[in-house]
Amino acid sequence: MSTTAPVAERPTPETTKKPKRQTSFNEGTGRLAALLLSPTMIVLILVVGLPILAALRESLYTSGQQIDESGFIVQGSKFVGLDNYTAIFSGETGTRFWNAFYNTTFFTVACVVLETVLGVMMALVMHKAFRGRGIVRASILVPWAIPTVVSALLWKWIFQADGIANEMLGTQILWSTEGWQSVLSVIVADTWKTAPFIGLLVLAGLQTIPTDVYEAAKVDGASVWQTFTRITMPLVKPALLVAVLFRILDTLRIFDLPFVLVGPNKESVETLSILAYLEANQTRYGPAAAYATLLFIYVAVVAYVFVKLLGADVFGDAIQRKTKKNGRNGRGRGKQTDPGAPVAGLTAGGGLGGE
Amino acid sequence: MLLASACGGGNDESSGGTSTGGALEGRGPINFATGKDTSGNLTNQVAAWNSQHPDEKVTVSELPESADQQRAQMISNAQNKSDAFSVLNMDVVWTAEFAANRWVTELQPSEFPDLGKLLPSTVDTAKYRDKLYGIPVTSDGGLLYYRKDLLDKAGLQPPKTWEEMVTACTKVKALPEGKNIGCYSGQFEKYEGLTVNFSEAVNGAGGVVVGDDGKPNVDTPEALAGLTALTEGFKTGFIPKAAITYKEEEGRRAFQEGNLLFHRNWPYVYAKAQAKDGSSKIAGKFAVAPLPGQTGAGVSTLGGHNYAISEFAKNKATAADFMKFMSSEERQKANIEKTSQAPTWASLYDDPTLNKQFPYLAPLKASIESAKSRPKVVKYGDVTTAIQEAAYGALTGTMTPKDALAGLQTKLSSLITQ
Amino acid sequence: MTVVAEKAPRVIDVKAAEAPWYRRWLPLIGVAVIVLYCLVPFFWMVVSSLRRPADQFDNSIIPSPISLDNFKDVFKSGTGFQRGLLNSLIVAGTVTVLTLVIGMVAAYTLARLEFRGKNFVLAIIIVTSMFPGISLVIPLKKLFVNIDWINTYQAMIVPSLSFALPLAVWLLTAFFRQMPRELEQAAMVDGCTPAQAFRKVILPLAAPGVFTTAIITFIAAWNEFLIALSMVNKKEYQTANVVISQFTGASGRDQPFGSQMAAGVVVTIPLVIAVLLFQRRIVAGLTAGGVK
Repeated sequence: MSTTAPVAERPTPETTKKPKRQTSFNEGTGRLAALLLSPTMIVLILVVGLPILAALRESLYTSGQQIDESGFIVQGSKFVGLDNYTAIFSGETGTRFWNAFYNTTFFTVACVVLETVLGVMMALVMHKAFRGRGIVRASILVPWAIPTVVSALLWKWIFQADGIANEMLGTQILWSTEGWQSVLSVIVADTWKTAPFIGLLVLAGLQTIPTDVYEAAKVDGASVWQTFTRITMPLVKPALLVAVLFRILDTLRIFDLPFVLVGPNKESVETLSILAYLEANQTRYGPAAAYATLLFIYVAVVAYVFVKLLGADVFGDAIQRKTKKNGRNGRGRGKQTDPGAPVAGLTAGGGLGGE
Repeated sequence: MLLASACGGGNDESSGGTSTGGALEGRGPINFATGKDTSGNLTNQVAAWNSQHPDEKVTVSELPESADQQRAQMISNAQNKSDAFSVLNMDVVWTAEFAANRWVTELQPSEFPDLGKLLPSTVDTAKYRDKLYGIPVTSDGGLLYYRKDLLDKAGLQPPKTWEEMVTACTKVKALPEGKNIGCYSGQFEKYEGLTVNFSEAVNGAGGVVVGDDGKPNVDTPEALAGLTALTEGFKTGFIPKAAITYKEEEGRRAFQEGNLLFHRNWPYVYAKAQAKDGSSKIAGKFAVAPLPGQTGAGVSTLGGHNYAISEFAKNKATAADFMKFMSSEERQKANIEKTSQAPTWASLYDDPTLNKQFPYLAPLKASIESAKSRPKVVKYGDVTTAIQEAAYGALTGTMTPKDALAGLQTKLSSLITQ
Repeated sequence: MTVVAEKAPRVIDVKAAEAPWYRRWLPLIGVAVIVLYCLVPFFWMVVSSLRRPADQFDNSIIPSPISLDNFKDVFKSGTGFQRGLLNSLIVAGTVTVLTLVIGMVAAYTLARLEFRGKNFVLAIIIVTSMFPGISLVIPLKKLFVNIDWINTYQAMIVPSLSFALPLAVWLLTAFFRQMPRELEQAAMVDGCTPAQAFRKVILPLAAPGVFTTAIITFIAAWNEFLIALSMVNKKEYQTANVVISQFTGASGRDQPFGSQMAAGVVVTIPLVIAVLLFQRRIVAGLTAGGVK
């Protein structure tokens, strides 16, 4: 009972609830929040925080790089300050670093854009399709449920010199050699595997949109496109943005696909993660940690920019309060000519709250 | 200037190379860390040991299939000073790194009386700065697989030099059966196999990558001749374009499909190409010869595996006995009968029944005996990467062979002097 | 509002009937395209696994003859693949449960409680999922060696939380925030405590989101390779992924592509079926709960 009523009322948010909410939800919330968040924070500090600190420390040392007269490695590690970092930017290593930096960025932009477009399309189709829904759901999980190790092998197989890709295209492209073709093969394989991730998340977002919102829009005569841009997108935006954010974080660290599909030491697809791996593989843990740290900083900067530019509602509440007064203009009245306001209103925290 | 490692200890234990010889003490159960037992025969070998040594049982730790990951696991085991692995099954190129880091125990040759019966070139792979760190158990050498049926038809003998190989191919291509066949391929993808093939080209032309004095000397006319043979091969189509993506398996497939006249590969290909189940189109139509060189016999690059004792292992006496057992004539014979892995026990190559079963043994022995080791350097990983970088650049035409070699010389000089 | 709700179905029906053919067929075509897109490479995987090892390199669309040799290879004794599947299930399942339990509390807190430093907490959580995995594993392994955790399930489970937990917390936070606050308020007016309101009202409503998060977490944990490879070297504890990586052919150089693909199929299909069964149940539960 109590669950359905507010859902039905959602399209007509009330603007007067804010003070009430703050009294009812704010009593002693600081301590309560700390208590409730502590398990998460403890786990993360243990499994991520401490290792990061260890890696940061490691990046300031070198070890095992000197050989004594009888041919043995000199034991112990030496503090070298920021030498591992400066070495990365100098000379040949520097060229290699910037190349990897460019590749990483390119992969991220290309893959994430493709995956987002495909993912959203998939979600819409799945949401609309009444026939064949089960099949789509099943098939969409497939690429993603295949272990990365196996899917990399599969694509490698497909892109062999005498593999099925060449046979179907009627070409003799050597996919694993340097050049655009190796880049393309990585993008194809990555998109195939992870677009469903976005699709699934957007679908979950779509499913939480009550149907009456759409019905209202229909009654108001909103076009399909208007419904999509003014209702669907704003409502799934929080889930979508989080999905995209995590895809960005993941793709910036892309490793397996270029490594298995194309191979190490290939300029066209060498990424920052591969550089870090190769250094660690040569037991140069200091430089490896330095690469990892630089990548970490890069990822953090990108995430920050992403959240600042697009993701006001990734963090949600701050903007929600600011724009809430526009909420009333929102859903279902797509034709209304108040530019920006409807979208902003809908954007706020999923727009459903209307506190 | 150097801070002692916080974990300490390591230095004291292993200081003084003299103590290691006497340090093979302790008996009891041990662990054998090896790459995946591909043949399934390792189980039998270990079972044979275990039935004779109930109190010193060997358990096997199978590491991942990729050599990189095997090495990584062994290194991390050593860096943790763990006694989990007792005997390590190491690729020959890891010897220097493991020895220099004191991850494996030095062995006294006097304790292994049968060493003299193993092929000397294989024993050499287990040495670092003239000290012994392992016992070779399997070896590997490159072979030239060729289409006997087509050469016979053209009235040709297997080629002894690169030049002969090129002319032979022209002649075979003139035959109706040989019209569309590719001439030659080795392994040219950018990975360890490229280092092997590049070294063979250079050594086969009388050059060296790293000289006997341990100094790189690759910017020479001989080395250039060797590398140019390969780059010209790609340019003229003597080597098919797709070969730049070939590792062992891709090359084997091309050969088995009947798309190659000559193919450089390891002994394992023999059984596969001879398979009568339809997977090979050339079963019964090919034979094996030693690798051709530029002007005379070619020089193979030495592969194979050595067993070594982890520095941090318990029961090292048992470990040493196990290594003797596994490298013994009896065990090696049992192994080749089941697996076609190249043995290190010299006299096995002359065994008539084995020769009947494995007709490639004679050329293989020649190949291994004259084979060259890859550079024995602590930072082998960097060296092989540098070699691949240069060779791949030359083969794909992004740099001239001359520049590639000059660059490689500079790179190797900086890597090897450290 | 109620009027709209009653009218709506009729409106849709009318529209559907009047819609030009492409309107009706477009979703179906879309479905077909998606299914093809997702399944064609997988189909190739299945086909490759059904070839005889001898025909492995064939490019024919249907293997002939069809052979189960690769599957037999996967399950023959000594590969440890069954055990690997079980281990994967244990690890991924535990990771999912732990993540959801810990993560839901945190996510609900972040979505609903007003407190200072909230964005900071969210930022910290996301920052933790930015460090390259390879660099986390090395220090963790050192730690686990010291506390004797190598070759245990927890050595795989606990580090897996490092990527599962941030993802789950963020997703759940987003989903919870989509829930209207009136729900709890109404529930609390009805006399529920906040905890009850969460359990009885929010949780059922957020089920699609929670379930999606569970799938995502489970699959991420199921696909995990690096940690499982590094923390365990005893066969009894290896996960299916690690076992697959150790498949080899008869010589060590040849890659047993067929059996790797067969193993991939075996790993994938049960997962998909399980998810479907679960999903149906959850969706059913939802409709019963009165959310349309």
